[in-house]
Amino acid sequence: MKRYIPYLLVGMVFGFVLIKSEAASWYRIQEMFHFQSFHMFGIMFSAIITALISTQIIKRLGDRKAMDGQPIEIPDKPAGRVSYIAGGVVFGVGWGLIGLCPGPVFALAGTGSIGAIVVLAGALHGTWLYGALKRYLPH
Amino acid sequence: MDWLYQPWPWYVAGPLIGLMVPTMLFIGNRSFGISNNLRHLCAITQPPNVEVDFFRYNWKEHIWSLVFVIGTGLGGFLAGVVFANPEPVKLSIATQEMLLAWGFTQPGAYLVPDELFHTSVRNFTFLFASGVLVGFGTRYAGGCTSGHAITGLSTLQLPSLYAVLGIFAGGLFASWFLVPWMLS
Repeated sequence: MKRYIPYLLVGMVFGFVLIKSEAASWYRIQEMFHFQSFHMFGIMFSAIITALISTQIIKRLGDRKAMDGQPIEIPDKPAGRVSYIAGGVVFGVGWGLIGLCPGPVFALAGTGSIGAIVVLAGALHGTWLYGALKRYLPH
Repeated sequence: MDWLYQPWPWYVAGPLIGLMVPTMLFIGNRSFGISNNLRHLCAITQPPNVEVDFFRYNWKEHIWSLVFVIGTGLGGFLAGVVFANPEPVKLSIATQEMLLAWGFTQPGAYLVPDELFHTSVRNFTFLFASGVLVGFGTRYAGGCTSGHAITGLSTLQLPSLYAVLGIFAGGLFASWFLVPWMLS
């Protein structure tokens, strides 16, 4: 069990930040998609820049090992185009409607929001539906 | 300790979220991303007589990921309940005017509007159906905002750029056309 503690702690920081930054706010997401504030764009851009710089540093480290001793590797996403665009559009429509993407769903559910739990239930059904229809979909 | 209760500006929140990527690599060579957990939860709950291959794998190898989102929920509880911000969301003037025009009476009073999230058959149908789109889309695209927009773009992956363009296009369509139509 002890090896899971770091994940729990980092997950807690993530959930705390999502609520404190209001990234889990339906209002903030509408504001973003209407280009009415820099707030959400600032979060996204500064997150990407921070991750970009730190992963570039990790790539240049000679002996890069994780805490548990295994070498750090950054795997490539499988090549493709159709599934990424089509899946992205479907997800984006859902995100624009309810203003919650998967991370904030979990954070908001933690605040006791029944609505967030309903979204989560829907998301699980959507995920299962994809699994069932996968072979009929273009990828 | 005011900072624990107040909302955090983007230049604090963004870098902290970005640091999730190297932190997860350092902890156990993990790729930062949330939506895979939806798949794991399906794998856990799928009855043995239902044989969708996509959910037939050893989910126990991914417990670390489920522990992460349990943490996300706990973090949400701490930030949204224990250290709750008593003030409304400080939306831009333009957004407040748009929301008033859409018929909201107290824009930003809480993180999410009561008009869409309080308990009613209509709201829960809307939330569930939109949730289906989120779950279906993220798995079809192989990731969500965390896995593609943050981890994918920051590690310079072309597929993630396609996904992010799709996500933003879908979000614009929903926010500009579907939401106003639904509220009218």
